[in-house]
Amino acid sequence: MNLQVNLPAIRAIYTYEMNRTRRTIGQSIVSPVLSTSLYFVVFGSAIGSRMSEVGGVPYGAFIVPGLMMLTLLTQSISNAAFAIYFPRFTGTIYELLSAPVSPFEIVAGYVGAAATKSVLLGLIILATAALFVPMEVRHPFWMLTFLVLTAVTFSLFGFIIGIWADGFERLQLIPMLVITPLTFLGGTFYSLDMLPPVWRTVTLFNPVVYLVAGFRWSFFGTADVRVEVSAAMTLAFLIACLLIVRWMFRTGYRLKS
Amino acid sequence: MPNVITVSGLSKTYATGHTALNNVSLDIRRGEIFALLGPNGAGKTTLISIICGLVKPTAGSVTVSGFDIVSQYRETRSRIGLVPQELTAEAFESVFATVSFSRGLFGKKPDPAYVEKVIRSLSLWEKRDSRIMTLSGGMKRRVLIAKALAHEPEVLFLDEPSAGVDVELRRDMWRLVRELRDSGVTIILTTHYLEEAEEMADRVGVISRGELILVEEKAALMKTLGKKKLSVELNAPLATIPARLAPFNLTLSDGGGCLTYSYVTTAEGSEGRDHGITALLEALSAEGIAFRDLHTEQSSLEDIFVSLVRRS
Repeated sequence: MNLQVNLPAIRAIYTYEMNRTRRTIGQSIVSPVLSTSLYFVVFGSAIGSRMSEVGGVPYGAFIVPGLMMLTLLTQSISNAAFAIYFPRFTGTIYELLSAPVSPFEIVAGYVGAAATKSVLLGLIILATAALFVPMEVRHPFWMLTFLVLTAVTFSLFGFIIGIWADGFERLQLIPMLVITPLTFLGGTFYSLDMLPPVWRTVTLFNPVVYLVAGFRWSFFGTADVRVEVSAAMTLAFLIACLLIVRWMFRTGYRLKS
Repeated sequence: MPNVITVSGLSKTYATGHTALNNVSLDIRRGEIFALLGPNGAGKTTLISIICGLVKPTAGSVTVSGFDIVSQYRETRSRIGLVPQELTAEAFESVFATVSFSRGLFGKKPDPAYVEKVIRSLSLWEKRDSRIMTLSGGMKRRVLIAKALAHEPEVLFLDEPSAGVDVELRRDMWRLVRELRDSGVTIILTTHYLEEAEEMADRVGVISRGELILVEEKAALMKTLGKKKLSVELNAPLATIPARLAPFNLTLSDGGGCLTYSYVTTAEGSEGRDHGITALLEALSAEGIAFRDLHTEQSSLEDIFVSLVRRS
């Protein structure tokens, strides 16, 4: 086992990816912030003002953590997936594979950049939300912890999809067919208490519920599930993703013949 | 000269069952230009890809500067620069940024002055801020070479460097390759343009169907396998070859107007004192045969190659 770390390589990948974000700022920052803001305007301000409070929290504020999670999940996945898929598609991956970099450094560079972007997006959305509805963050430390942890976990998940995908449509498949429905059904717009008991039980099998619940707890101090369970579920998913990535590099899965 | 790369018993069988390399052993000497010659699909790119870390070997081992390419890949890969066959580069990046990226990726601290030097040496300086997608094919090739040189490698691999390259770039590229060799860089190029190997290489390895058929000094290869032909254009056509000239095994062509003599040059002079060029010319003048011109032709690497591949 080699303990040295190729720091210039991590920096090169990270900088390259952040430059890509800067180059495509309209599509990578402005567009997700804008579409999420539309939710605030419609559900938060317009409709939310006529809805009752959820667990003592005004509806407009209640949906903010859920919407941040929605953006965080979809953007982390698509950004990291695209970042590693595109070099595979164009062939420039040869350079990465012939470079003196370990899987750890490759993942640190790509996932680090994708997660950074997602965290920035989340914070911009929070700041934007504060313009529409009065926001308070009860546990800022835990809010940031959940934010970073989720961004890293789902960037890793995106990285896995980017290596697995063998076409652009597959790149979109998981985010569109799995993540978006799970997020909408994961308590983004409602509290689990609002559901009939049967559906409440079914929903508990949706992992996104735990992410949203933990994150919401950091804002309002109350949640549908215990915060420890939320944190444990997030960590479990993070570890699962790390194991898959390790397996992919060990076997050279879709990277090396 | 010490060896910089040692390939031992290297084999590669792909998942499809195709054996691309079969028990290849090869030593590359430090500071030489080595040409790997073979038809498409012979295994040239597979061999390079294994040494650079893009493909996993099925059997055998490779060391670069004494380090194993698998267990000590950081040591080996940081010493190698690879210019791939396909023109693959980040479309939206600028030339300067992509060359700097390569330097970082290979573990070197940022050095804008060095990156500038590399970019200038490839006549790309005016294009340093251009997006790569806006460049011509030849320019893209230059960018790929600059990327491969960005981390000051000891060994440079050029996979089919002249594929789709114009005359000017080819000349520039060969000048650069010679300069690099003079500065101590070892260069390994693959090609099926034989004149390229002939012009550039110090040694030539011939690969066919995954097997290394032959490795030899280019000069020795040309000498042992290079047949020469002398054509003598006569003033007056001959009906038959005079008996005295029979030992030379001449052939008469062009309606009796041209005599052709095949021979092999060796270090001692042309083949055998009795049958050499001098003897032939003396015999011609003794027979009173006048000629207006003569020229020699050397068999190219192409001829050598074709005969080798046929033999194997």
